[in-house]
Amino acid sequence: MSSASAPLSAQSLSALEAPPSGGASGARDFAHYLGTKLAAALISFVMLLVVGFIIFSLMPSNPVEALTRGRPTSAKQLAFLTKELGLNQPIWERFWHYVANTLQGHLGYSFQFEQPVSTLIAQRLWPTILLMGSATIVSVLLGMQLGIHSGWRPGSLLDRISTGSAITLWSVPTFWLGIILLVFGSEGFGPIPPLFPAGGMSTPGTVGGFAPAHILDVARHLVLPCLTLVLVVFAQYQMVMRSSMIDEAGNPYLLTARAKGLRDAEVRRRHVVPNAMLPSVTLIFLQVGTLISGTITVETVFSWPGLGYLTYQALEIPDLQLLEGTFIIFSGSVIVCNLLADLLYRALDPRVRRT
Amino acid sequence: MTATTSKAPVAGGAPPRLAALRQFARDFAGRRAAMAGLAILVALIILALAAPLFIHASDLDVVNAPGQPLSPPSARFWLGTDYAGRSIVPLLIWGTRPSLAIALIATALTMIVGSIIGLLAGHYGGISSRVLMAITDWFIALPTLPLAIALAAVLGQGDASITIAIAVTSWPGTARLIRAQTLAVEARPFIERAKALGARDSQLVGRHVLPNVMPFVLVSATLTVSGAIISEVTLEFLGLGNPTEVSWGAMINQAFFQGAVTRGAWWYILPPGIAIVIVALAFTMMGRAVENILNPRMARRP
Repeated sequence: MSSASAPLSAQSLSALEAPPSGGASGARDFAHYLGTKLAAALISFVMLLVVGFIIFSLMPSNPVEALTRGRPTSAKQLAFLTKELGLNQPIWERFWHYVANTLQGHLGYSFQFEQPVSTLIAQRLWPTILLMGSATIVSVLLGMQLGIHSGWRPGSLLDRISTGSAITLWSVPTFWLGIILLVFGSEGFGPIPPLFPAGGMSTPGTVGGFAPAHILDVARHLVLPCLTLVLVVFAQYQMVMRSSMIDEAGNPYLLTARAKGLRDAEVRRRHVVPNAMLPSVTLIFLQVGTLISGTITVETVFSWPGLGYLTYQALEIPDLQLLEGTFIIFSGSVIVCNLLADLLYRALDPRVRRT
Repeated sequence: MTATTSKAPVAGGAPPRLAALRQFARDFAGRRAAMAGLAILVALIILALAAPLFIHASDLDVVNAPGQPLSPPSARFWLGTDYAGRSIVPLLIWGTRPSLAIALIATALTMIVGSIIGLLAGHYGGISSRVLMAITDWFIALPTLPLAIALAAVLGQGDASITIAIAVTSWPGTARLIRAQTLAVEARPFIERAKALGARDSQLVGRHVLPNVMPFVLVSATLTVSGAIISEVTLEFLGLGNPTEVSWGAMINQAFFQGAVTRGAWWYILPPGIAIVIVALAFTMMGRAVENILNPRMARRP
């Protein structure tokens, strides 16, 4: 929470203190900014590879045995794998092969699914993006609305209720919330009939593609997992929006706006909200990490055929190469999103450009 | 008047520190939420410690369970039975033990690692400190659950690997906080005086910096525990816990994967989750109170 908003406020503060520079150097400034951020992201990615290598290649006492767990393997196959994985080579050489393979998209082979890990990840990527994307849209809309209204009148009933429920939802394990929604949504409770399917992404036996009936079917399956993720994530947007509304409400330009006769709601909508929106907008990218942690358990609960459920399926065996693949993809996408958040913040906030 | 500002910078001087502690206890007792959190925790810890007195091994045994599987609450089984026909009530009480123990041990590990790295990075400047902080920031940016899952999976099922996975993913926040506080303490004049008198690094850190950052370690600890409990039950739910142990996370795992959902067995799913929420909320309430007492500027912000 603090890690997400702290760098931004520090950035904007230093931007305010910096003297304005000429426009001619703007392009060079941007190139410098981009270069620094790209280099930082690259270093993060190298560190990710090092940590992935340590966890998955150095920590297991016998990687070949760990890889083939859940499948009968002959001694010949084991010897072949040992050679194939380069386990008889020095560590530096192994690390080098590992980096080269990962960069080329060779993430290993899943013995459980009998498919390359990269193929599996490509198959499961879109359901996860659909789930995370829809959850993001709903939680941004909901969280911002609540944040705008509770921040405009801090201490009001709405503020106390929404802040209180945000803190409570903080203490609720995501998967448990998902199971509760699953029980009541798909089994019904008392007079309420079962409204939603129990899991998966579509009803088995239906035709796929973009037929309207199929889209509706997927949407019906999406409701409960999406709702679970929204309940976990929206509070962040609400709290950030609330505090930037409170910060913004102390500014003298509001007095001018009111003096010229604007109604309270209009002052809020036309003057305060656009200025207070910046931190929440960049938060969208910084939230990807939280969403990923949520999506692993939510997809497991709802058997949603995405990367999170794939992670769980890898855990059951455990299928370490598959697990490593999802670990690299999840963490790598967070690094990319942090980079995007930095760039977006600069594009949206002119004050940062002058640093 | 707070614990930190009222504390006189006298090295090793017990009386001012004792007074500060008393003041802190008074402030803490004056907060309803904090006392409620403390009361809940004390009650739960007593329950956890006393559990072996009234729960027998036969209550937890999957074999020869007394009831029908997944039967709803009744006079005999207040919260119904689980997938094997065991009564939920003793399972729930017994589950307090590993759940609290893992969270507390993981938090202690987090505090030790985070404080050491924070103190080192704050006390010694230069390249090594910047590298330490870069590593810390890297861990903060990364999503915690995939890393924790990867670690726990490689280390194998069990309480120890869950504990290690939680500690590895939660130390960076503490390290950052302690580094910032170390820098703040070392900027104060009494550190300069101690240096002028010829104090060595170990004396500076051990006798001056550490006692002054301890309150912040406490804040960080109370706030870390609730996160640690959530991570712990999440890893247990994913099947990374000790499979033979009765814990809240394992209960939800068994409920979910042994058909409690299709059976609509809310009595099996709700209680362990509610217990988790209560414990996490209790620690959060205490942590926020401690934070507000030590840092009154935070109090104005909710």
